[in-house]
Amino acid sequence: MAVSGVLQTVLLGAAAAFVLFAIVLMYRIVAGPTMQDRVIAVNGIGTNAVVVLALLAAALDQPGFLDVAIVYGLLNFLMSIAISKFSVERGGVI
Amino acid sequence: MTITEILIVALVAGGTFFGFVAVVGIIRLPDLYSRAHATSKSDTLGIVLTLGGVTLVFGADLAVAKTVLLAVFLFVTNPTAAHAITRAAYDQDITPWTTEGEE
Repeated sequence: MAVSGVLQTVLLGAAAAFVLFAIVLMYRIVAGPTMQDRVIAVNGIGTNAVVVLALLAAALDQPGFLDVAIVYGLLNFLMSIAISKFSVERGGVI
Repeated sequence: MTITEILIVALVAGGTFFGFVAVVGIIRLPDLYSRAHATSKSDTLGIVLTLGGVTLVFGADLAVAKTVLLAVFLFVTNPTAAHAITRAAYDQDITPWTTEGEE
């Protein structure tokens, strides 16, 4: 269903806020003292991107964005597990 | 505004607030383990609330099934990823932050 003007503004504003949060999280990627700090920050940026995609799908009435969001979430989880698994010698982190 | 629209605005605002809390935690907390705690709990709650608002926007559609699937998936995988990262860090002998040694 198409959303009304006020609701669309609220959804787009929330998407802009999450984009701002992702930009702020880049400080932790640059400054983070250990490699795992950076992985956690990248993971947070990925989840923020998923939320932004879902909000844009609702605001712009484009349900196709949700498929992109699902694939992005899957790849984001895979990235975290792969990095944490291959950065340890014995590899059994889960 | 109808009841549904007020509910959508409340859910999205709550989700944005908890996303903000997660970002403040990642930037301000002192070590890796406390940062992982901030991102895994606050961020997950923010995601679930925001995706609940998106679900209400779509009403009755196939997109609702996709959004609920996305919410359930992130609800499971986000804490799992944080757990895996912190366990990898613990195996690499990264010591947790304590107040000993200060003062």
